[in-house]
Amino acid sequence: MTETVERPLARENSVGQPLRRKEDARLVTGRTNWTDNIVLPGMLHMAVLRSPMAHARITRIDVSGALQRPGVVAAYSAADLGDANGSIPCVWPVTDDMVSPPHPCLAIDEVRYVGDAVAVVIAADRYAAADALEAIDVDYEPLPAVVEMPAALAEGSPLVHSESGTNKCYTWEFGGGDYEAAKAKADRVFTRHYVNQRLIPMAMEPRAVVANPTGPDGEITLWSATQIPHVLRVLLALVTGIPENKIRVIAPDVGGGFGSKLQLYREEVLAVVIANRLGRPLKWTESRSENAQVTHHGRDQLQEIELAVTNEGKILGLRVDLTANMGAYLHIITPGVPLLGAFMFNSIYKMEALSFTCTGVFTNTTPTDAYRGAGRPEATFAIERIMDDLAAELGVDPLELRRRNWITHEEFPYTTIAGLEYDSGNYEAATARAVELFDYDGLRAEQKARRERKDPVQLGIGVSTFTEMCGLAPSRVLGSLKYVAGGWEHATVRILPTGVVEVVTGTSPHGQGHVTAWSQIAADALGVDPSAVQVIHGDTGTSPYGMDSYGSRSLVVGGVALVQAAERVVEKAKVIAAHLLEADAADLEYKDGAFNVKGSPGSSKTIQEVAFEAFTAHNLPDGVEPTLQANSTLDPSTFSFPHGTHLCAVDIDTETGMTKIRTYVCVDDIGKVINPMIVEGQVHGGLAQGIAQALFEEAVYDDAGNLVTGSLVDYLVPAAPDLPHFTTDRTETPSTTNPLGVKGVGEAGTIASTPAVVNAVVDALRPFGVDDVRMACTPERVWRAINDAGSKGGDRAAEGTVAYGGATTESTAGGQGDGIEKTGGQA
Amino acid sequence: MIPAAFDYVRAGSVDEAVRVLGERGEDAKVLAGGQSLIPLLRLRLSYPEVVVDVGRVEEMHGVREDGEHLVIGAMTTHAEVIDSDLVRTHCGLLSEATETVADPAVRHRGTFGGSLAHADPAGDLPAVALALDAEFVIAGSGGRRTVPAQGFFVDYLQTAVGADEVLVEVRLPKLGAGWGHRYEKFHRVAQSWAIVGVAAVVHRSNGSIDQARIGLTNMGPTPLRASAVEQALSGADVSGIGAAAEHAADDTSPASDLGGAADYRQHLARVLTRRAVSAAAGG
Ligand SMILES: Cc1cc2nc3c(=O)[nH]c(=O)nc-3n(C[C@H](O)[C@H](O)[C@H](O)COP(=O)(O)OP(=O)(O)OC[C@H]3O[C@@H](n4cnc5c(N)ncnc54)[C@H](O)[C@@H]3O)c2cc1C
Repeated sequence: MTETVERPLARENSVGQPLRRKEDARLVTGRTNWTDNIVLPGMLHMAVLRSPMAHARITRIDVSGALQRPGVVAAYSAADLGDANGSIPCVWPVTDDMVSPPHPCLAIDEVRYVGDAVAVVIAADRYAAADALEAIDVDYEPLPAVVEMPAALAEGSPLVHSESGTNKCYTWEFGGGDYEAAKAKADRVFTRHYVNQRLIPMAMEPRAVVANPTGPDGEITLWSATQIPHVLRVLLALVTGIPENKIRVIAPDVGGGFGSKLQLYREEVLAVVIANRLGRPLKWTESRSENAQVTHHGRDQLQEIELAVTNEGKILGLRVDLTANMGAYLHIITPGVPLLGAFMFNSIYKMEALSFTCTGVFTNTTPTDAYRGAGRPEATFAIERIMDDLAAELGVDPLELRRRNWITHEEFPYTTIAGLEYDSGNYEAATARAVELFDYDGLRAEQKARRERKDPVQLGIGVSTFTEMCGLAPSRVLGSLKYVAGGWEHATVRILPTGVVEVVTGTSPHGQGHVTAWSQIAADALGVDPSAVQVIHGDTGTSPYGMDSYGSRSLVVGGVALVQAAERVVEKAKVIAAHLLEADAADLEYKDGAFNVKGSPGSSKTIQEVAFEAFTAHNLPDGVEPTLQANSTLDPSTFSFPHGTHLCAVDIDTETGMTKIRTYVCVDDIGKVINPMIVEGQVHGGLAQGIAQALFEEAVYDDAGNLVTGSLVDYLVPAAPDLPHFTTDRTETPSTTNPLGVKGVGEAGTIASTPAVVNAVVDALRPFGVDDVRMACTPERVWRAINDAGSKGGDRAAEGTVAYGGATTESTAGGQGDGIEKTGGQA
Repeated sequence: MIPAAFDYVRAGSVDEAVRVLGERGEDAKVLAGGQSLIPLLRLRLSYPEVVVDVGRVEEMHGVREDGEHLVIGAMTTHAEVIDSDLVRTHCGLLSEATETVADPAVRHRGTFGGSLAHADPAGDLPAVALALDAEFVIAGSGGRRTVPAQGFFVDYLQTAVGADEVLVEVRLPKLGAGWGHRYEKFHRVAQSWAIVGVAAVVHRSNGSIDQARIGLTNMGPTPLRASAVEQALSGADVSGIGAAAEHAADDTSPASDLGGAADYRQHLARVLTRRAVSAAAGG
């Protein structure tokens, strides 16, 4: 019974260690709890009949045929559900006059995109439900559909929502400084048009829901493959009218989301409403085809971007005019996604003025919403593309052009033209390290040699020096942007009677590894081993408060809340320990999980001993409540601003147009790192998704509004063999705005990599007179860009016939080279 | 993504399969590896009333020698073809091309015969069968017949195999000394179908090319032989390959789709033919 036996050796900090993920053994051995694995007694299955047309009036709908089919229990159209049909709300009305049309769960009288839900069948099994869909009779009267944004905005366009009288959803304006004044001072005005194509998030696990209405006291439980169980519960209560306290939402194992599960979906509402009506559990699992067609899409912006610059390449002002595709309906934050980018077009650069306008447009296509990076990849793409294009125009090295404009490390904290205060960063250091790892000068020399000998394989080098705002978000800022919720996060820390630690978090991991990282944070804060920490999440029954996981927020908001809660536990324990040790609390120090009386070795209490005392409550100081636990609800004071330098080298086979990434180097600065292995994984996955946008992925609709890339045969998601070896490194400039010194990393790779790759492709092709290639930079587009100078961006059709307009360079009067409008003091 | 209901018959022999097919005619479908058929069923693009599984038909499995020929059973999987030393030694083009098909999971179920019977214009093996001068042994109610490669691929997804017939095996002439081969597959990600493919076997003697057979993937509704190139190559030395390959797209009518427009495919056919023939000729 000597004290020393119980005393652990001085522990090493867990934070910073590449601890193996606690989650993985279970996940990789298949002992998982996906929503679709759930089987409940008496469970029914739902199948959804979807519109085969992009726009049509439903003149007749009759579900009675389905009811005759074997195994069918019920079938409903919108009319059958009546008020219970509900409407999906948009929680981000970005302007007072935004057009926000109804978004009923089952279409009422009119369908507005291919895949729009028309009716449902409920049957004893999945097969019976799917078969019975064919027995539902629907008469459609086709209406003209509009697919492309310019067409939708043109006079006389068919209207997606005729009652609105327009396809324009909103125009949102923002800025800083006086752009016209900056332009008047500038030597040159450089305008570019880029297309940020539509993407399909394609999480590995499609969506699935199980609703069980047979809970105690009328409670209904919804299991959903969602990123946002907490937000979902609130929204379900608002939409269905079921009291919030009667709804429990559980996100069990969730296989990826990337924003596509940051949503309230029609099937979630329908499952709850219909399960309640029938009094039986109900399951719906999305097929991969439905996933491509009706789970929200991402990106889809036409970007006009203009820089007012001096002849030395100093940026004076930036003007951005976006057109953003909303799709056929507004989902929960559809209109707000481009706004998340509004603050990021100026990126790491100093300037006097910013003018930003975004117009949201309805089309007869799948609704868009957040997709990994949400607004910031679009912004980073446009600014980093134009920086490389401007460098080429001015004959300056693209890194040098950036150096002339970026915020230097001595200038932090720095308030940008968009009004954000960047707390910390060191763009010089990250860039210097990336240049070294990349052998920038060596590759430039090789590029020159290959150009000179007209090698059929040309080398291109692309740069992206990005920053982003994440850690969503200070609630007041969200309020000022008219978002209807806050951005705080909640944590509870409990030390149980037996001395193990329970952490309850309001974040909702779906692949990121929070259980491991939170264990490491709690372990260090409490001085225990990470294996003694249990992390509870994703269930409104056991973690009642939370704002969930998206926007690289979990660590910088939820992790910091956890630290605070742990500190409060230690504070309380200290009072109890002082009492037990008959010492003054001020004389106690807390180290390695034990309170010691300063200067009196041997006189100590472990936190586990204190927890047991708090449990028995036999001997607590007056006024101290039993149990050892504490909460924290943390509202972040600001955003987090990770940054980094990404360099990409591509080989382009100019005979076929095939692009191969040869070298990819990224040096990211995400402040302090909790678990470097998890960070590496986030960076790799992020790079894969950003590179996918540059080279592979593109959602394509035909003129009639059919999704042509509706399967993985045509929507090309790259896999390991298609991606290069990534050379990754980090610089570490701790954030000064949170006690952990951390910044977000969940989206950084995706945000940074897309322009690095496209810049490399364009760089390789500049000797051929090419100044843009539309994403995805397919071999065909690259080949056309090389061989058909008129094909702007490498598209097939001649300019003007491509409804999207392609990427073009404005050449205004007096301009010498393409894209340069000379004003003011000409060179 | 759930098929409509269908009956399932597991055939124990070729004769049994042929009998069921004869009874059910157009309503029946042969099931081989299911890698093309099952997706069609799941997307409800195909509605057979009965599926006849030939997976357990012993004689349709495996690779054997028969004099100057290799005989490959229709049910031999892509993975088995890749692993076969006989194939690698005598018909290396097939080993090489099969390695580019899909991904390991698909290659462990999908079959050589299924690929040929399905005759997807983007499939890699039909063009390879053309270049290898394959013969197809087809069983029907009237017995067995052998169809040469040139007569096998009839139209888009259509072959000489009738609705009441089964492709039993494929006979490939062994390629001896002096033959070289190359399959050039042009596709965007590793597990995707070919935008264009070129299968070439070339025989050289005394430094010049005396025989070349070239199959084209995805250059029309059926796989094609690049006859004009073959003629131009006959008797040429390697310096003539570039000029000969310029004929690769003659008389082709490829589709325009997401993978590429027709003119781009024709351009690719010329480039890839030059590369494939050069490699096959060892030049
Ligand atoms: C993800 C994926 C990627 C693919 N990528 C490629 C690729 O890159 N290149 C490529 O070449 N292929 C590719 N395939 C197709 C693959 O090679 C299939 O295996 C092949 O097309 C069909 O073979 P199977 O044995 O699966 O035939 P099944 O799917 O069982 O049958 C296909 C058709 O052929 C008929 N059939 C099959 N066997 C016989 C027979 N013995 N007699 C008469 N009729 C018969 C069936 O009735 C059916 O109509 C891919 C498939 C998938 C799923």
